[in-house]
Amino acid sequence: MCLSIVEKLLLIQIKFLERFYTEKHEWITIEGNIGIIGISNYAQEALGDVVYAQLPDVGSEIEKEAECGALESVKAASELYSPVSGKVIEKNEEVEKIPSLINTSCYEKGWLFKVELNKFDELKSLMNEEAYNEFLKSDPA
Amino acid sequence: MIRFGIRGRSVCFESLDKQLETLGSIRESSTIFKSNSERTIPKQRLRCLIDSETRSNGTEGRRSSSTASASTAPTPQPRKTCLHDLHVENRGNYQWKFVPFLSSLCFLRNAYKNVSTYQLCVFLGKIINFSGWLLPVQYQEAIAVSHQHTRTFASLFDVGHMLQTQVSGKDATEFLESLTTSDLKNLNRGSAILTVFTNENGGILDDLIITKDDDDKYFVVSNAGRRDEDSELLLQQQENFKRHGKSVKLQFLDPLEQSLIALQGPTAASVLRSIMKINLTHLSFMNSVETTVFGNPIRVTRCGYTGEDGFEISMPAKIARTLVQAVLDTPDTKLAGLGARDSLRLEAGLCLYGHDIDEETTPVEAGLTWLIAKRRREEANFPGAKRILSQIKTGTVKKRIGLTVVHGPPVREGACILTPEGERVGKITSGGPSPTLGRSIAMGYVPPELAHYGGGILVEVRGKTYKATVTKMPFVKTNYYTAKRST
Repeated sequence: MCLSIVEKLLLIQIKFLERFYTEKHEWITIEGNIGIIGISNYAQEALGDVVYAQLPDVGSEIEKEAECGALESVKAASELYSPVSGKVIEKNEEVEKIPSLINTSCYEKGWLFKVELNKFDELKSLMNEEAYNEFLKSDPA
Repeated sequence: MIRFGIRGRSVCFESLDKQLETLGSIRESSTIFKSNSERTIPKQRLRCLIDSETRSNGTEGRRSSSTASASTAPTPQPRKTCLHDLHVENRGNYQWKFVPFLSSLCFLRNAYKNVSTYQLCVFLGKIINFSGWLLPVQYQEAIAVSHQHTRTFASLFDVGHMLQTQVSGKDATEFLESLTTSDLKNLNRGSAILTVFTNENGGILDDLIITKDDDDKYFVVSNAGRRDEDSELLLQQQENFKRHGKSVKLQFLDPLEQSLIALQGPTAASVLRSIMKINLTHLSFMNSVETTVFGNPIRVTRCGYTGEDGFEISMPAKIARTLVQAVLDTPDTKLAGLGARDSLRLEAGLCLYGHDIDEETTPVEAGLTWLIAKRRREEANFPGAKRILSQIKTGTVKKRIGLTVVHGPPVREGACILTPEGERVGKITSGGPSPTLGRSIAMGYVPPELAHYGGGILVEVRGKTYKATVTKMPFVKTNYYTAKRST
């Protein structure tokens, strides 16, 4: 597979940056004032095969915990909620073309969109990996 | 309060009263969920990615009673996240029932009457509440995989939650005809037909399949979600008949004693032949035969809900496990859940009660005019005849259509249908991605002037509109076995 150096670097970054999670199973990694957002492995498993991804438009302003898109599998449509507020600066067009990337690579190639954060305080309410795993164990339903 | 998790591939429900019985058939590790004896529908909460609960408000997902008024209604809310668009309706404190065939696998008895004292063991994936029944929406495989498997080989569906009723007595024919639009008098013995219970307004109370065993003996299968309504309708009519000195015997089969499975797919016939002595060559679509397996009587009806060749098998629960295992031991036969059942029936253009048809919809509006038998039209003596016959003559204000979205998201129940000019004129009643066609398909109601094939309309999903084409149903060619019965 041919990846540009930039893409490789990006993948490495995504791999090693700490991920924070919401109770609605989105994850976010932060670099500078940019957050990259996706959904957790638990979420993609539960959703099943994603057949359609509707991502927020680049340039749009989104609010924390507000609906900003949707992922659809054969069985259901699931809303996407943003873990943070800010301006969408990029969306993963690959995922729009090949939604199954969310299933095959939810933390790397299946990232969804990038946000320019404007309220860093919002990160405090998110869970780290460990807390999220505990959260999953505690039966979030 | 019961909780659903879909973390593991396996789920067990355990009562507080009994210990979990370990079963050989549980293939993977299990997560145990405990529940109180009074089980109620979980409260609705904000939907998020992993929301496997079904909706608690039964009316929410139902189509608005009139599509004509849709244009003036406020922007309707399309159905949001739920694991599946299948359940018909959950009434307030409806008690959770159980998974019939799975429970028969577990040798559970009488749980139907007192579910709280029994445990439920399910060796499968994701469970949903379908009209108060805990049923698997999917097994080990993704819905789309299961779907394609059914179109290529064969899948086994547990449909034991459906209501099986035996109707007998010298006035049985007249009895069933008095509630439906069918011509049972002229139906051959051993034949089955699809028909509808109608009300005085011509609305559909349920859709059902009646098999004629003899002039005085019928076997009826109707929807699980209408169990209460159907049995009340039948019992009430039985009373009426009694008052007029007529004799009809009703026997509602206990789902824990009588299992019902559906084996569907192009290889279904060869699978069945390989496990039992049965001649299927002369058994064409919508015909039924009674035979014996493992020393027990079973009924095999060539019908289904997938558009494929296939069979529904009604049998004593005590042999269900053995028979199911035998079926699953044949190559390329797998269990499939409600999820695949729904996407398959959608492709086949078949209605789901409570979604595509309901008490407010007549057979004529639903494109089911063919269910009104010729003789019955002449006699005009079925419930709602006046309205239905007048609609056949002069038309309706809405019509069920199929539609295809070439570029765009899946369109689901509740979504709006608009004219090309952007006026809201109807609603989607069911829809989703078609695994066979690789695009989004749906059914819904529109004014008849928009209902011609090939016509362009718009559908609204999350505030955006997408182009759709009115498409002839079935969306995917059906594969029913139509060999003529040899005489």
